[in-house]
Amino acid sequence: MKLVTAIVKPHKLDDVKDALKGVGVQGVTVTEARGFGRQGGHTETYRGAEYKIDLVPKARMDVVVEDSQVDQIIDVIAEAARTGKIGDGKVWVTPVERIIRIRTGEQGADAVCPRAKSAAERR
Amino acid sequence: MDSGNTAWVLAAAALVAFMTPGLAFFYGGMVRAKHVLGMLMQNFFALGIISVVWAVVGFSLAFGGTNKWVGSFDFAFLKDLTGEGAGVPGLTLTIPLIAFLAYQMMFGVITPALVSGATADRLKFAAYAVFIAVWSVLVYSTVAHWVFSPQGWLFKRGALDFAGGAVVHINAGAAALALVLLLGKRRGWPSEAMPPHSLPLTLLGTGILWFGWFGFNAGSALAADGLAAQAFLNTHLAAAAAMLGWLAIEKLMAGHATTLGAASGAVAGLVAITPCAGFVGGMAPIYIGLAAGVVCYLALKIKFWVGFDDSLDVVAVHLVGGLLGSILLGLFADAGVNAAGRDGVFLGGGWDLFGDQVVACVAVLVFSFGASWIIGKVIDLTIGLRVTDEDEVIGLDQSQHAENAYNRLEV
Repeated sequence: MKLVTAIVKPHKLDDVKDALKGVGVQGVTVTEARGFGRQGGHTETYRGAEYKIDLVPKARMDVVVEDSQVDQIIDVIAEAARTGKIGDGKVWVTPVERIIRIRTGEQGADAVCPRAKSAAERR
Repeated sequence: MDSGNTAWVLAAAALVAFMTPGLAFFYGGMVRAKHVLGMLMQNFFALGIISVVWAVVGFSLAFGGTNKWVGSFDFAFLKDLTGEGAGVPGLTLTIPLIAFLAYQMMFGVITPALVSGATADRLKFAAYAVFIAVWSVLVYSTVAHWVFSPQGWLFKRGALDFAGGAVVHINAGAAALALVLLLGKRRGWPSEAMPPHSLPLTLLGTGILWFGWFGFNAGSALAADGLAAQAFLNTHLAAAAAMLGWLAIEKLMAGHATTLGAASGAVAGLVAITPCAGFVGGMAPIYIGLAAGVVCYLALKIKFWVGFDDSLDVVAVHLVGGLLGSILLGLFADAGVNAAGRDGVFLGGGWDLFGDQVVACVAVLVFSFGASWIIGKVIDLTIGLRVTDEDEVIGLDQSQHAENAYNRLEV
């Protein structure tokens, strides 16, 4: 299992989410994030005093996928999040040691896989 | 006794009472989220403490007796306010004396609350509570006596202040400056950005202030008559023009017309028209408002030049706006609008009124600054004015009140 983390522009969040749904991803966690990169910040002016805002708003998306899906997911995210302008963000992949679906106790691929259903649901 | 006048003054008193919560939100939106309850509390608390202080002794010290420097204890503990012969010496009222007391109480409440914007984010709540109670008795009531009481020396001299340019705004602005100098800067000012946490709250507060200011100024006619209507119109036009003036110079100098600028400009105009509201007519409120928007915007720079941390610009908006309005009244005053007034320079009255306005401004500024500095110093040596560094970092909400404004994970 791999954890794919993407930092994207907030206004691209819906596009990325829809693209992930389109390729069958069953869940994603989104966090409002702030950070700096080469994009740089902006200035805000309050009563004539200028403040440099270095940390710009971003959306952070975390999705756990099976190893075989990783390359496809990265491509889907990168394509959906791209505007071609500086500040489009990053995608990275980290290995996941264990994953458990809290409700059912299912582990590994079953915990993120659409086929996994609880006994109650199967009835 | 006039029932129409009484009805209007009671309604106006309620409008002025509503200004203090308005001020709380005007200021509260401008501070960082960890200090917002501290700011709201300082303003709401004024409604509590000052109202009681006013009933016990404040009103009496402002309006009792015939001495020209200080009031008396004639009305202390709400004595002798009703019945035959009850009244303020020299003041002819067509409303019950207790209505006048209640109306003036709301001015007493909001004036020390204005100070809280300058001392934001670092003044200990206990120190604030003691300061405004003592200040209300020693400074506010004294200045109100000088200017508003027919027995006061500035009133007798002929200085004009319709609704409190000197009594409220110069007075509070000078006190704010004194406290800020005693208190020192916020940690990190001016190198760290301390942007407002919620400008929507600030704009809501501005709307409430603007609405309440009709009671503040038009109510000061103490009657439901043509003078009240003139003050009402002047108040609105000055706020409108000042917003335009502020936004124009802000756009020119800083590049954008901002919502905080619109709010600040409107308040600056309301401040500047306060002394003038019932003494000027015609286009004068528009000129006074435009001047206030531009001058108060430029006055924002003072704190950076001098290096004092007047956090929410009480000096630039209230002290400078109050001085500007009081002094412009020496030019624009029109005895044709109000027989109790005098003609200013532009109406052919010469420089006499202008001189009296300057005397009143300087007297109130110097007295308020000096007395506030002494009260603040005594509190600093006993209770301590400033919260600890740690308390400042975690914020006034937690450190002073054990609360949080926005508990986002508690559902």
